[in-house]
Amino acid sequence: MNWRRALIAGAVAIPVLFFFAWGLTRDPGEIPSPLPGRAAPDFALEVFAPGEPPLARAVGDTVRASALKGRIVVLNFWASWCLACRDEHTILSQGARAYADQPVTFLGVLYNDEPRKGNAWIAEMGGQSYPSVNDPGARTAIEYGLYGVPETFFVNAEGRVVRKHTGPIPAAVLKGILDSLLAAPRAATTP
Amino acid sequence: MTRLIGLDALWLSLAVSLFGVLLVPAAIIRRRPEWLAWTRSAVYTNFALLTLAAGAMVYGLVAHDFSISYVAQVGSRATPLLFTVISLWGALEGSILFWAWVLAFYAAAVLWVNRDREGTLVPYASAVILAVAVFFGILLVGPANPFHLVSPVPPDGPGPNPLLQNHILMAVHPPLLYLGYVGLTVPFAFAVAAMLNGEVLQDHWVVLARRWTLVAWALLSAAIIAGMWWSYEVLGWGGYWAWDPVENASFMPWLTATAYLHSVMVQERRGLLRLWTLNLVVATFVLTILGTFLTRSGIVSSVHAFTQGTIGWYFLAFIGVVLVAALVLVAGNSDRLKSEGQLGGVISRDTVFLLNNLLLTAFTFTVLVGTLFPLVAEAARGVKVSVGEPFFNRMTLPICVALLFLMGVGPALPWRGVSNDEARSRLLPPAVGAALALVIALMSGVRMPYALLAWVSAGYAIAAVLREYQRGVGGRMRARGERWLVALVRLVRGNRRRYGGFLSHIGVFVVALAIATSSALRREHEQTLRPGESMSLAGFEIRLDKVSGREEPQRAVIGAAVTILRGGAVLRRMEPRMNFYPTQQSPVPTPDVRSTPAGDLYLTLMAFRPDGTTATIKAIHEPLVPWIWIGGMIVILGALVALWPTPARATEAAA
Repeated sequence: MNWRRALIAGAVAIPVLFFFAWGLTRDPGEIPSPLPGRAAPDFALEVFAPGEPPLARAVGDTVRASALKGRIVVLNFWASWCLACRDEHTILSQGARAYADQPVTFLGVLYNDEPRKGNAWIAEMGGQSYPSVNDPGARTAIEYGLYGVPETFFVNAEGRVVRKHTGPIPAAVLKGILDSLLAAPRAATTP
Repeated sequence: MTRLIGLDALWLSLAVSLFGVLLVPAAIIRRRPEWLAWTRSAVYTNFALLTLAAGAMVYGLVAHDFSISYVAQVGSRATPLLFTVISLWGALEGSILFWAWVLAFYAAAVLWVNRDREGTLVPYASAVILAVAVFFGILLVGPANPFHLVSPVPPDGPGPNPLLQNHILMAVHPPLLYLGYVGLTVPFAFAVAAMLNGEVLQDHWVVLARRWTLVAWALLSAAIIAGMWWSYEVLGWGGYWAWDPVENASFMPWLTATAYLHSVMVQERRGLLRLWTLNLVVATFVLTILGTFLTRSGIVSSVHAFTQGTIGWYFLAFIGVVLVAALVLVAGNSDRLKSEGQLGGVISRDTVFLLNNLLLTAFTFTVLVGTLFPLVAEAARGVKVSVGEPFFNRMTLPICVALLFLMGVGPALPWRGVSNDEARSRLLPPAVGAALALVIALMSGVRMPYALLAWVSAGYAIAAVLREYQRGVGGRMRARGERWLVALVRLVRGNRRRYGGFLSHIGVFVVALAIATSSALRREHEQTLRPGESMSLAGFEIRLDKVSGREEPQRAVIGAAVTILRGGAVLRRMEPRMNFYPTQQSPVPTPDVRSTPAGDLYLTLMAFRPDGTTATIKAIHEPLVPWIWIGGMIVILGALVALWPTPARATEAAA
């Protein structure tokens, strides 16, 4: 073995590995969404899962985005067939309770699924504190440029989308975003 | 129950692989070479355990056991049985399980084929393969564990990705790809084993590595062709190659393996390029792992990319180990790998092979740069960019044309070199083929410069290769009075590698001409039609008859019934479709393709009114496309000819 040459060759690999390591900290799927900063697309969707008091809404009610102006809206797209939605279910359900006395509205949007299966799923998961609406034909999902489920959009009091989270949302991220929105309700338009 | 059997088998397999790897240093340190015999048991046991684990997963899929996380992720009661079984490789965890199983299979096959071989080469190589298996074992019990418990058990699952349950080729392409990709571990294992036991200058490992590379190369070639075919038949864009990172990941090791298959000939014949050849073996394996890393870790975005997770960090660690170990071993051995002679004259096969290797390496490097560039750009300038077809086409087309040309020159020239007169008499006649090809191409309407160059180069090369066959056959017919068919069969049998290789070259020419022509003469037209209306393309009249829908268990299907006419006569009825899967946002098209040797008519349903009053149809006419698949089969046939075991009698006669 020529150890000197071997060591030099081995050292060549180091910068390459650092480069890849850096690359791993990036998310190539995180293509800057054009939505943050813009007005949230309007929708009028029917409630199929009522949620629990004090956040409950009657089944059959129509929820309009325009009627939620002045409140911060957490719009969570989910489906009963989505495994990752199971991971974030408790975080969102508890999050909605924790912010129940603040001007924050949590809303689930059922994506490419049937309300019957959605309700069964909620029962299986031990209930959900906030209501969910159905999105027939995934029209609202398309308006919001949904990439997959779960995805969570944050709309500020002026009705602008301020943040979008792809994948199950961690409790700390949810809290961080909501607290910053509540602290600066007027200036929170940076993506 | 099934879940626990699978999970336990995975843990045991990891333990057994680790044991097999550690045997080698233990045997060396304690000076107990007889311990190496235990690697054999480790390899076979590992294969049995992984077969059990993969079997448990298939059983879980078929039995719809949704308590298994992987089944809950890709299974669905509505999915047809075949697609349920093959969803084993439809998502990340299952594909890693399948990978590990294929690797275990190769380890067992290598041992079985070489069971009578003495010495430390095969046990060392087995240990190297097991070391790779340890890595996959760690993935399988860690970040890619497919046997997690899902509780409470869901009643049904979403089913596999719709794109993966649309075509029978999904049952063919992935297994071939894994067999080819994973098979490239074997030559690497022999190379490392030879560097470890000091036999790197002997011929055993070279012969073993070459044979196993050829096996893996043939499978990888088949997989790439099948993948192109699948993409063409399923995706509805009328193309077969898009330079997507995943395609590049399979193509780069193919390029270096191809370079290796040529440089190893120089090594065997002339004792040259030893270090280079060794490097190609190592690079090929590193590229398979790098390709997997790029596509499984989510480091680059790709239409094929699997879900992301922590798995990228495991792959990074593994690449680090492989890269450092390989570089250290090769560099440490480089003194010993000096060439024994000198390259031949300028006009010699030696030179052509050297050029071929340089071009193939440059090709690999170009593809690698293009694949990694988005990452580099983000690191350097913080911008998101994507590198698309124009870059790759512009950079690689000249290389492709040069390679085609060399494939004609190489076989015509002897090793070491010839006099100028001799060279002229060998190199000039095939020019007739080039001229003929140019005329044919121009008459068929090809005008694109690169397509014309491809025709000319391939025409030259085909003529040169046919002339080699003709010289061989003619020689036998004169010398032994054989009939030409007998002479051809005996000629090929007498030198399978040479004539099998030539056959593969002919396959490559066919593929190259088909690709060049189909891209140069592609015509497409898109129009919205009402039932009864028609549009025309390339002499075909395409008439929309009806738009109708139907429900299938796992999807809803909308089809546009179309009649193809030519000169008023009905040629065929076609039905491009659009499939709606409940779990997918966008519909998945199913194009309809009418194939003839002259070319394909390719119809895709782009849009329709729900009331059936209009349908937008995209029609593409692509000449010679079927010849891509036929050429691919010729390439593989050539590899099979070269691989076919020489009967024992002939071996004795040769020895």
